[in-house]
Amino acid sequence: MSSIMENFLVPKHEIISEEEKVALLNKYKISLKQLPKILSSDPVVKVIGAKVGDVIKITRNEMEIGHTLYYRVVIKG
Amino acid sequence: MEVGKVDSIKFEIMSPYMIKKMAAVKIEKPELYDPDGYPIDGGLMDLRLGVIDPGLRCKTCGGKMGTCPGHFGYLELTKPVIHPLFAKKIYQILKVTCPVCGRVMTSDENIAKKKPMLNKLYKSAPKTCPHCGAKATEIKFQKPTIFYEDGKDLNPEQIRERLEKIPDSDLPVLGISTRPEYMILTVLPIPPVTVRPSIVLETGERSEDDLTHKLIDIVRINDRLKKNIELGAPDFIIDDIWQLLQYHVSTYFDNEISNLPPARHRSGRALRTLAQRLTKKEGRFRGNLTGKRVNFSARTVISPDTMISVNEVGIPEVIAKTLTVPDHVTEKNIDEMRKIVLNGPDVLNGANYVVRPDGMRKRVMDLNKEEIAKEITPGYIVERHLKDGDIVLFNRQPSLHRMSIMAHKAKIMPYRTFRLNLCETIPYNADFDGDEMNLHVPQTEEARIEAEKLMLVENNIRSPRYGLPVIAFKHDHISGCYFLTREGAKFSKEEVAYLLNLIGKKSPGHEMVGKELFSLILPDDLNMEFVSSYCVGCDTCLKDKCPYDSYVVIKNGKLLHGIIDEAALGERKGKLLNKIDMKYGHARARQFMDELSKLALGVLSLRGFTISISDFDISDDGEKKIKDTKKKFEREAEKLVENYNNGRMEKLSGMTQEKTLEMYMQQIASKVSDQTGKVIKNSVNDKSSAVIMAKTGARGSYVNLSQTAAIVGQESLEGERINRGYTGRTTSHFKRGDLGLKARGFVEGNYRHGLNAIEFFFDAINSRENLMDKSLQTRHSGYMERRLVSALQDLRVEYDGTVRDNRGVIIQFMPGSDSLDPSKINHGEIDLNLVRENIEGENDD
Repeated sequence: MSSIMENFLVPKHEIISEEEKVALLNKYKISLKQLPKILSSDPVVKVIGAKVGDVIKITRNEMEIGHTLYYRVVIKG
Repeated sequence: MEVGKVDSIKFEIMSPYMIKKMAAVKIEKPELYDPDGYPIDGGLMDLRLGVIDPGLRCKTCGGKMGTCPGHFGYLELTKPVIHPLFAKKIYQILKVTCPVCGRVMTSDENIAKKKPMLNKLYKSAPKTCPHCGAKATEIKFQKPTIFYEDGKDLNPEQIRERLEKIPDSDLPVLGISTRPEYMILTVLPIPPVTVRPSIVLETGERSEDDLTHKLIDIVRINDRLKKNIELGAPDFIIDDIWQLLQYHVSTYFDNEISNLPPARHRSGRALRTLAQRLTKKEGRFRGNLTGKRVNFSARTVISPDTMISVNEVGIPEVIAKTLTVPDHVTEKNIDEMRKIVLNGPDVLNGANYVVRPDGMRKRVMDLNKEEIAKEITPGYIVERHLKDGDIVLFNRQPSLHRMSIMAHKAKIMPYRTFRLNLCETIPYNADFDGDEMNLHVPQTEEARIEAEKLMLVENNIRSPRYGLPVIAFKHDHISGCYFLTREGAKFSKEEVAYLLNLIGKKSPGHEMVGKELFSLILPDDLNMEFVSSYCVGCDTCLKDKCPYDSYVVIKNGKLLHGIIDEAALGERKGKLLNKIDMKYGHARARQFMDELSKLALGVLSLRGFTISISDFDISDDGEKKIKDTKKKFEREAEKLVENYNNGRMEKLSGMTQEKTLEMYMQQIASKVSDQTGKVIKNSVNDKSSAVIMAKTGARGSYVNLSQTAAIVGQESLEGERINRGYTGRTTSHFKRGDLGLKARGFVEGNYRHGLNAIEFFFDAINSRENLMDKSLQTRHSGYMERRLVSALQDLRVEYDGTVRDNRGVIIQFMPGSDSLDPSKINHGEIDLNLVRENIEGENDD
């Protein structure tokens, strides 16, 4: 069985470093609670091995404008 | 300021101790006032329950009316009664708990899990208690509040004892966190008088609130029950009174319980008790919390005005004199403001109120207007009447998309209706058969600017849904443009003068061709080519040599070829409007629309425009052809049916013989319509108004045309030929099992010559289905819109470009995740020609 990450419908997911995380939160002047969430039981989270509290950077391909970035914080569940 | 955050809210059932603790008064007397009209101590209007009369002070907190929130009292019930809204829960709990030991009749593991499972448990309650082995009793519940155990009455006192026996440890399984016996009332909280204020009538009489009436009943019956018990009355009398008390308490909470007659007022009107205050459309939630009322708004019937700008709305003088805008008095405008105040409240451009710098409001009257005019200095605020050019919001319900509410510039007019430009009927979905619309006046400078920049009509010409104009031309506008721009349209010197006068342009003083006239209002450097909707669709397009003048060529702002019609100006089509709006800006597009609509309607009024039944006359040759096609396919259909009846019909794959026949018959029916449609296209009078409207897209279509002139065609019900009615046939005019065209709703006639009775019936079946579908669809879409609004109402785009909700939680990092505004994109496509033009500069060929 191939990994779900290889499916063309699954965008690129990466765990960002602690420094990047701080920079992100500072950029939008928000706390971790104000980021969009993703459950730790999410299949992608399991595959990339993200822990609760990690922030995942998702690079999506948007047809019109190239790619967009989206960030989600892993929560318990 | 740092605001504390609410982590969670827990709802519980109030305990009798709590009710007593929070109460300020113990209610003991059913009377309200003594003979002097003074509230009785311990009565339901006790002064300690709060103040409702201005000027008095509260006996509990000392606050005045408005500052004292009111205080609860309590009533000690002589015998416990069931809280009617908890009756079902009580029943469920009784059913799953042991009558002897009080434990929940399920395994210890289940109880230890602490997971609420009452619903599961009560569906399959065990026969014996797993904890003490006692036999379970059969509990019966008769709505609304009567319980039986093994056929014997179970009164609230007994039920309460049962519930008291349930240990705390078993409560989580039942899904409750409070003591269950609190669901049986022993103490009734008496709401403060502020909740049930009495009104003093003109006669000096007091009229009490419905709740007070209900409470009087409860207190009185409670008192009677107590006295009867003290006197040692027989059990059946006590039970009767007890039941009556239960009835009063039940209706006090909810007066619309099924199987319980509603408590009525002396006049026979049902009382509006606690539940009725909250539920339904006029209840607290829908009526007061979700639907708030506003000031500075107006509503009246709408009517059309062809001379008004798209940006404007005509406002009746009466409304303009009632709605006001607060204007700050400054050194620069003080003279003007004095003039406004001197006009008084009854003259247009006057003022209704003046606000002093200390916040005091003064009403401007004819008596004191001179005095106030002298008094005002910079720092005062004058609430002046609405005047021409003020920004107002205009709305028509249902507000299904954002163009349902747009900002307009006020134009004060005589008479009593709102006047609007006809192009706006499309986004508002308005017509003038009695429609009413709402108007709101923004009260602050920020609100006005925001409304103007985002919501002004001209800024919403192009829809964010499909990136083409929604504010566009329709009906007569398009017919008018056809007569203005068609080949051979000529206007005399006088006509030119009349038309140009309409749009405030100077007449050149000679006769003009329609296309020249039209070119006058185009932007000077406009270049474009497109196919108009008049196009008949030739195999090879001759472009600017089109014999039907259906290929539009605009060069340097001059219309050289082509008819301007729906393809140039219509809703969701309008190429010309679209281009002007994108290239020359919203204001230019608005100007173009204002001028063209006046011009087009001017042309129509010079010429006149009407339709008649003779518009649908077709040539003899055409009649014959139509007759022939009808016959030809009828014969074909007959043959098919014959084959089917003989069992010689070949089945298509995946279909039964019946289905195969149905499919073929439907194909034939549509072929008849198609081919007659084609005949109609060629044999109808091109110059008749109805045909012109169909071809230009002003109104109607070829389908309408051919249904009127030639054949109505197959009527359908639920996507099939009509096949219901009697056994095996649609009506008794046909043989059973007749599957022919006519027997299954094919209408051979046309609207011009009229349908026969059977055809008419089939037509009515079809019309009814369409009507039903339409009304169900609107209900459906209305609810979908409501759900969308509820889900999205708090989202907004912050200054950093993120989309956030009201907690500041990021929903999207960019609006729509791509930051693209569909209303700024040409029909969702990137127009490479436009890009090229912008890079290279124009006029390069």
